[in-house]
Amino acid sequence: MTFQQPRVETSPKVSDEIRQTTCYMCACRCGINVHMKTNEDGKKEVAYIEGNRDHPVNKGVLCAKGSAGIMQVNAPSRLKAPLKRVGPRGSGEFEEISWDEALEIAAGWLEPIRKDDPSKLAFFTGRDQSQSFTGFWAQNFGTCNYAAHGGFCSVNMATAGIYTMGGAFWEFGQPDWDHTKLFMLFGVAEDHDSNPIKMGLGKIKARGARVIGVNPIRSGYNAVADDWVGITPGTDGLFILALVHELMKAGKIDLDYLSRYTNAPVLVNQDPNSQDKGLFLRDDHGTPLVINRKTGKLAPFDMKGVRPDLGGSFKMGDVTHVSVFQLMAERYLKDEYAPEAVAERCGIPAKRIRAIAAELARVAFDEAFELDQEWTDFRGEKHDKMIGRPVAMHAMRGVSAHANGFQTCRALHVLQILLGTVEAPGGFRFKPPYPKPVEAHPAPHCRVTPNKPLDGPHLGFVHGPEHLALKSDGSPARIDKAFTWENPMSSHGLMHMVISNAHAGDPYKIDTLFMYMANMSWNSSMNTGGVIEMLTDKDESGDYKIPRIIYSDAYSSEMVAYADLILPDTTYLERHDCISMLDRPICEADGAADAIRWPVIEPDRDVRGFQTVLVQLANKMKLPGFTAEDGSAKWQDYADYIVNHERKPGIGPLAGFRGPDGDKSGRGEPNPEQLDKYIKNGGFFVEHIPAEASYFKPWNRAYQDWAVDLGLYDSPQPYLFQLYVEPMRKFQLAAEGHGDRQPPDHLRQRIKDTMDPLPIWYETDQQGNAGFTVNALTQRPMAMYHSWGTQNAWLRQLHGRNPLYLPTKLMRQHNLADGDWARVSSPHGEITVPVMEMAALNGNTVWTWNAIGKRKGTWGLQEDAPEATKGFLLNHLIHELMPPKGDGLRWANSDPITGQAAWFDLKVKIEKAGAPEDFTESQPILEPIKSPVGTGPKDLTWKVGK
Amino acid sequence: MHPAPSVILFTTLSGLGFGLLAFLGLGYPDVTGWVAFVFYAIAYALAVGGLLASTFHLGHPERAIKAFSQWRTSWLSREGLCAVAALLVMGLFAIGAIFLEQDWRLLGLLGAGLSLATVFTTSMIYTQLKTIPRWNMGLTPVMFLSFSLAGGALLAGQESLAIWLLLAAGGIQLTYWAKGDGAFAASGTTMQTATGLGGEGSVRAFEPPHTGSNYLLREFVHIVGRKHAQKLRAIALLLGFALPVVFLVLPVESSLIKHLMAAFAVLSHMAGIAVSRWLFFAQAEHVVGLYYGKR
Amino acid sequence: MTELPTNTAKKMGLVIDLDTCVGCHACVISCKGWNTENYGAPLSDQDAYGADPSGTFLNRVHSFEVQPAATPTQPDPAAQLIHFPKSCLHCEDAPCVTVCPTGASYKRVEDGIVLVNESDCIGCGLCAWSCPYGARELDLAEGVMKKCTLCVDRIYNENLPEVDRVPSCVRTCPAGARHFGDLGDPSSDVSQLVADRGGMDLMPEMGTRPVNKYLPPRPKDKLEEEIDVLAPLLAPVTETPGGFLGWLDKALDKLPGHSSDPSSGQSSGGSA
Repeated sequence: MTFQQPRVETSPKVSDEIRQTTCYMCACRCGINVHMKTNEDGKKEVAYIEGNRDHPVNKGVLCAKGSAGIMQVNAPSRLKAPLKRVGPRGSGEFEEISWDEALEIAAGWLEPIRKDDPSKLAFFTGRDQSQSFTGFWAQNFGTCNYAAHGGFCSVNMATAGIYTMGGAFWEFGQPDWDHTKLFMLFGVAEDHDSNPIKMGLGKIKARGARVIGVNPIRSGYNAVADDWVGITPGTDGLFILALVHELMKAGKIDLDYLSRYTNAPVLVNQDPNSQDKGLFLRDDHGTPLVINRKTGKLAPFDMKGVRPDLGGSFKMGDVTHVSVFQLMAERYLKDEYAPEAVAERCGIPAKRIRAIAAELARVAFDEAFELDQEWTDFRGEKHDKMIGRPVAMHAMRGVSAHANGFQTCRALHVLQILLGTVEAPGGFRFKPPYPKPVEAHPAPHCRVTPNKPLDGPHLGFVHGPEHLALKSDGSPARIDKAFTWENPMSSHGLMHMVISNAHAGDPYKIDTLFMYMANMSWNSSMNTGGVIEMLTDKDESGDYKIPRIIYSDAYSSEMVAYADLILPDTTYLERHDCISMLDRPICEADGAADAIRWPVIEPDRDVRGFQTVLVQLANKMKLPGFTAEDGSAKWQDYADYIVNHERKPGIGPLAGFRGPDGDKSGRGEPNPEQLDKYIKNGGFFVEHIPAEASYFKPWNRAYQDWAVDLGLYDSPQPYLFQLYVEPMRKFQLAAEGHGDRQPPDHLRQRIKDTMDPLPIWYETDQQGNAGFTVNALTQRPMAMYHSWGTQNAWLRQLHGRNPLYLPTKLMRQHNLADGDWARVSSPHGEITVPVMEMAALNGNTVWTWNAIGKRKGTWGLQEDAPEATKGFLLNHLIHELMPPKGDGLRWANSDPITGQAAWFDLKVKIEKAGAPEDFTESQPILEPIKSPVGTGPKDLTWKVGK
Repeated sequence: MHPAPSVILFTTLSGLGFGLLAFLGLGYPDVTGWVAFVFYAIAYALAVGGLLASTFHLGHPERAIKAFSQWRTSWLSREGLCAVAALLVMGLFAIGAIFLEQDWRLLGLLGAGLSLATVFTTSMIYTQLKTIPRWNMGLTPVMFLSFSLAGGALLAGQESLAIWLLLAAGGIQLTYWAKGDGAFAASGTTMQTATGLGGEGSVRAFEPPHTGSNYLLREFVHIVGRKHAQKLRAIALLLGFALPVVFLVLPVESSLIKHLMAAFAVLSHMAGIAVSRWLFFAQAEHVVGLYYGKR
Repeated sequence: MTELPTNTAKKMGLVIDLDTCVGCHACVISCKGWNTENYGAPLSDQDAYGADPSGTFLNRVHSFEVQPAATPTQPDPAAQLIHFPKSCLHCEDAPCVTVCPTGASYKRVEDGIVLVNESDCIGCGLCAWSCPYGARELDLAEGVMKKCTLCVDRIYNENLPEVDRVPSCVRTCPAGARHFGDLGDPSSDVSQLVADRGGMDLMPEMGTRPVNKYLPPRPKDKLEEEIDVLAPLLAPVTETPGGFLGWLDKALDKLPGHSSDPSSGQSSGGSA
């Protein structure tokens, strides 16, 4: 009998049209091909989403979130129309209103504020990626109270990177995946830059290069690490400094690199009585001085032909100046940083620390290689080769969300720099617009004038006490107390303090809280229950303490119920966006790139893109900046702004296809066809960096010139890596009593202790925490991001509930088995949750997936959804303030330098609460919220093409 | 395995039905006319009812006709063909017996053979599955056939034979359980072979792929508590074999009571077999459970 | 026809690298997306927004922990976590094909792909029972058996650019942990990979002869065992506490272009 098999159609039509745009299922910003098919009604619908192969970020690959975008666009949790609150806050009772009415209400609240005191508006955005625009709006409104969510998320990492090396991890830099032979990844929470990191890991794994993971939890990337260091949370800095100790002691550091490209040779004033103690010796132009090894004499660091001496010292009168490097040697060669001294605290055997140090040394120096590429440095010296040091380091949020996170991130960068691996082939590379010295960033601005714009950009980098955002009476100028003595270098603002400060009227009361995509009454706040109370709390006269709340979100999140006015946003496939070089672009180390989103489908609801609503609000209020001299509106919507706004002449939100013919890159007149050009180009623009300019960028003339041409800066900005961060020393000097801006007395000691200009490590174990000894962490699963996974019919099947993972030791100790319930408490609160054993976990650490747990009645889910019954948040256990110390003060639970929320410092106590059948729901159980969108359908059989 | 009522009903009823048909085909009892009609009605009700029940778990029962096509490889297909052939042949034989007072001996023998073949093919659907070591044993068809014969003898009123067959079937049942309990371990399939991991240590399942349930878990992972299983086994033995034997050997004079006792024996046996079959499925461990840490 | 072909011209399949898979589920959802819209009935979801969401997936990522045994050099070895994607292995001796009573399940002669012809499937489930790997799932909405098609509607699809003619899970995998090719051709990239990395079969004792292979994780946490080799790397440059700057001076001298110029008459540590 002949074998007969059915004929299969192996070449079916894939789609009727591919529309290329940018993903927004996380902060990765991958390029996507949205396959459209025509449905029975002749309308094109999204049929399938895949990665765009030509895109610089993802090169065709796409993660689970990205592929599940179709379930995000059809999610039943999408808001349908503007809403006006009719029940009490938190009830979820709303009535639908028209956009005209919504804008009328919003302008009616905002216009009087602007005329009277613009700072009465606090405008904070959450997962926003249009901060250069929202900041522009807030600046033109005139309030000083604007920031995004970085202070909650990872300001330590961004700020430490920029102060130290003029760039940071994630969107700002990447390992040299093509050349590295040893990749070391620090920190829990493997979410940011997710596809590029996965692609990079794949590349180096294919080569068989070694991956070392330093993370209390061996999940995800750490699961594929060749060597796993299950470190005790919060001790990464100490571990890193032990590596520094070993490498310095053995002389396994890149002296040439240090002397040329870092401030290691810069001379530091050692006069114990001077108000300049610890500051750099500078020439009359303010240029830091070094000893030139050729002459033995003082020389500006950037002088042509100078050979800075790492061991230089200089006596001027009675005052000795020694090099930064000498200060480093004195500090880090001390036995207190020896592996044996740190092993127990870090939970890593000394032998292991030493083995890692040795491997770093071996790969950095014994496996050094050369790229046959000439380049010229900023001093004019020609190099005929590029020396590669194939050790690359990267870090995730885990190292950052501790009260010592800033110094830890600094220590990490210092380690990279000592090995000469930053911007060297095989090491860590910046992505344009970085590298960029801290001086090239603005300082923060906070001067508010009624009816006028703010005096400059809100956020920036302080260089000393003179840049703090303080009023003339010394009180905080900003509602979040950013840039104050409590957290002087809080470059991203402190979104997590806004609601509690506004509720307390400290430092002052506000009138309207305006938020975008920030689920503050749920997973985006510490102390969730407390925040809910603050949002609903009333004063003696029965008015809400936070009088008005405007909120914009695309979905029925937990925060919706707590706002008075809802401005429904579109989904990511229904909107214009620009992922701008002025903001957090999609650049790669080999090229500058930006991208757009555009409406590949039209909304089927009465919703508008939030940025367009901001333009419309601005036009209604005739905000300066948005209004032409003749009083007409400059832009009708966000797309109009993206194309026609110029930040400086010739520089706009998008760098590509500028000029009347669309052939100019970076600089050029606005091009009315710009968006079409982007769409034709796959939704993005990329300009490649010339080979000569591709490494050593902070000091590479070819790069600097290229960057100027592209408009990244207006003149070359070469600089030195700041092993020693002088601005920090300036805050210490103030705390020591120097200068006219003085910190309050209760903060002096802390500033002296923590704002050390060379990396230090200090214990973050919080006072008042006695008895709470187990570290508790959270991270997001790779297949989910923030809360959005929950509404996604496909993704919520992967992670519909979250157990608390306990290490084997703690499971045994508490007589727990998988599925049992544990009571987990902190000084601040208590939750009862299901547990699961995980062996590959630091023995004194527990953790869970973040933002799986949901409030009943939200996200279009039925109230018995596992997210709402079994899922839970660890946030209930974390407070924005520390437990009382007995000094009458409540200290913020944050990094004293940047104000970064220290939610990874959480310590808990675990007790067995019962067997699986003893509880049906995780505790606490909050009242259901009335859903403004109802719930989703029972079954799904989704197929567009028939 | 998920103990689906449809398959339990199917195997229990059709096993009995075909067992009875086998005895009828062999001429025990050698009946004609109305008496034959009653016997055949019972046999067909059981056999056909069981077969119908088996279609309840199909996703597309309307396509069931296609299931006869793959007899060259598929035991399920063979079972379908055997069942239809047995029912047709025995149907002819029954017509002869009921309406024509004829005893077509050869046809009867053929029908009996086909009936037992049907039971055998049914058993082979399970026996062939390497994925379920508890079923993948030579004892499985022996058990199915022994139950069918014992039940058939019971229904056919072959009391003295039935006693011996019931005792034998009970013994086989015990042996099957004893051997089955060690089958998974003896199969050599472990978490190590399933994953290829654990060369230098032990392997345990961590997170399942999805937190939600799925078809595989619903179909293949059914956990029966050990104590619960022991209890059910005792009940199955008692109802399926011990009580029927007792009912048969009780010395009673009245033929009414005797018939009543026989009816009790049949009902008890059926209930016992149903419990045994529930255990047959519920206790069957599919190797896929290894991937979910459920073995 | 459920007889297995005696030989297939090609043995198309996947090679999955357990040393590289980070467990991100990208392949799972990409597969769900493609196969919902393409081959046969959509992959349905039940109770999609309710208490027990459950749908048809053709590819799922398991995870396992391996606890290495203690050794004299590693008395307290760390446990390892392995992410483990699993879909149809397109076995050469595919039991799911031979048990099928209707002929709906078959193994293609030309490439060895195991498929279900949905219009012939009665949804009896026996093929799923016979599969040791849990590769088949009955779709509750459609009542037919669904399984990985190796994207038979992609890999030859003339409407796709040639580079995209791979299964959607392979195309999307960010870490590059999934490889697609002809495992019947010993010279193919996938066959080479299997040979180089010791690719293995799952449950070889089942006799299914899977086409898909798994590359085992490389040995982990071995750095300390190499410490003896590495130790000299960390030999201190000086034994005296004050000797570091002296070493530095000498080391700097050795750098090209760094040597201090004796004619200047000043040492680098000198004062002015």
